[in-house]
Amino acid sequence: MHNPSPESAPSNGLAFLMKNRVYHALSEIGDAFRLLAETIFQIFRPPLQFDLLMKQLLFIGFNSLSVVLVSGFFTGMVLGIQGYVQLKPYAVEGSVAQFVSISVVKELGPMITAFVLSGRIGASITAELSTMKVTEQIDALEVMGTNPVKYLVVPRFLACSIMLPILTIFSTFAGIFGGYVAVVSLFSFNGDFYILQVQKHLYVGSVLISLIKATSFGMAIAAVGCYKGFSISTAGGAEGVGTATTGSAVISLVTILVLDFVLNHILFNILGLK
Amino acid sequence: MPKTIFMISIKNVRKAFGEKKVLNGLDLEIPRGETLVIMGRSGCGKSVLLKIIAGLLPVDTGQVWVDGTEITKLKRKPLNEIRRKIGMLFQSAALFDSMTVAENIAFMLDQHTDLSQQEVRKIVDEKLKLVDLQGVQELRPAQLSGGMRKRVGLARALAFNPEIILYDEPTTGLDPVTCTEINELMRDLNQKLEVTSVVVTHDMHSAFSVGTLMVMLYEGKQIAYGTPDDLINEDNPVLQQFILFGAPDQILNIDNPTLKQFTGRNTE
Ligand SMILES: Nc1ncnc2c1ncn2[C@@H]1O[C@H](COP(=O)(O)OP(=O)(O)OP(=O)(O)O)[C@@H](O)[C@H]1O
Ligand SMILES: [Mg+2]
Repeated sequence: MHNPSPESAPSNGLAFLMKNRVYHALSEIGDAFRLLAETIFQIFRPPLQFDLLMKQLLFIGFNSLSVVLVSGFFTGMVLGIQGYVQLKPYAVEGSVAQFVSISVVKELGPMITAFVLSGRIGASITAELSTMKVTEQIDALEVMGTNPVKYLVVPRFLACSIMLPILTIFSTFAGIFGGYVAVVSLFSFNGDFYILQVQKHLYVGSVLISLIKATSFGMAIAAVGCYKGFSISTAGGAEGVGTATTGSAVISLVTILVLDFVLNHILFNILGLK
Repeated sequence: MPKTIFMISIKNVRKAFGEKKVLNGLDLEIPRGETLVIMGRSGCGKSVLLKIIAGLLPVDTGQVWVDGTEITKLKRKPLNEIRRKIGMLFQSAALFDSMTVAENIAFMLDQHTDLSQQEVRKIVDEKLKLVDLQGVQELRPAQLSGGMRKRVGLARALAFNPEIILYDEPTTGLDPVTCTEINELMRDLNQKLEVTSVVVTHDMHSAFSVGTLMVMLYEGKQIAYGTPDDLINEDNPVLQQFILFGAPDQILNIDNPTLKQFTGRNTE
């Protein structure tokens, strides 16, 4: 039953395959952005269903707060130890609080929170939406005259964009506190001095940068999660749901890393913020 | 806008999934107030056809007219206007599993009307009674049996008093008593409320008890179309074989040579 078509001939097989893959990837990115555009359009079209939004906000908050706090705390502890040990040879270990708080506020707070949520919330969004797709629940929504993007995507997108900054504030405080616990307990660092240092170096600008990053990450997680959920074929079945869900977590991690680079470049390099 | 004779017209519709051709230039017309039964082998595209009528699947070529409007190129908003006239029972019931039975049935009322809680409740109870289910309002779809899910799906399809009802295998998985009740319900809706119905079914008892028109699909086209009487007397082996293997006894006594040939072969 082997009947090689001209495209799959060995001479140009690889090139064809690569061209196909690149084309496929590009068209997927295009589709994802189309969904994002439609979502943003729908956000501004009344009515906004607050009960749906509330449900998502609570879901994300309850599901993630403890993990975000623990992750932030341990990241802060590690930073405290690293900072102290690295700074000590230069006799500037007194700056460890500054080191911890700046790293946590500008970079690690939003990042850790986004990582936790892409695994927990992004993946669960994909699992839920793709299950609804294969069990024809999305078709049922459509046939009852409800726009699935407005009904399903908008509340999840808004909830992620709102909760990520809020959770980032929690993880940031947990991180700074983690650094405090580490240096005070392990290196007998002066706790009052640590707090003083943190207060001195915590600028409104840095917090704003942190929140801008967090909001962007939240949007990215929801967009990837919803897109991966919706783009599954109705014929995909349970296996398709599994593949889409793991795919979603991986893609949103990569998206967050790339987005973080782009945002750092824009905020610190182009706009020259500090 | 004057009312067209046909509630639904399908004109030369083609639909393929990749290489697989499902509908192959299908023509089909459903006059207002009739109940059309669609028959055909498993996988021949009956569910796909219902989804095309509901505007859930795009066609490759051809036209689909619903209540005087061509829907294949409509934007979402006008399409949704038309969909509010349509109630659809999915083959899988497609209940929202994050909601209770009552919330499922109330969905369209909650989304598209300003009815009070009590009014919605009343409608939900009434529709559940129609499908002979009671006291399940607060259960989740996962807590129901297959047959119960199907009936909740039917109650949900009826909640907005549709003018067109699309039933995908309404009696599959139901016990004979409930089957008969659902058949009666479908006939009632058709006769008292003059809804136009499209029923996909493999159950010949149901087909002959509710159908005022019947069509047989084969290889993406219709091979027979007419009233139940027309179809029984049609001289078409594919059709007669199909009817025979699920037919009620009275049909087997009809004087049709093709049918006789099969019956004869069967009993020998
Ligand atoms: N979303 C889809 N993607 C790919 N193929 C599909 C899709 N939906 C249906 N098909 C294919 O179209 C064909 C017709 O499917 P359909 O569900 O309409 O069959 P059916 O006549 O309803 O069968 P049954 O009586 O078993 O319900 C099948 O071969 C199926 O594999
Ligand atoms: Mg089917």
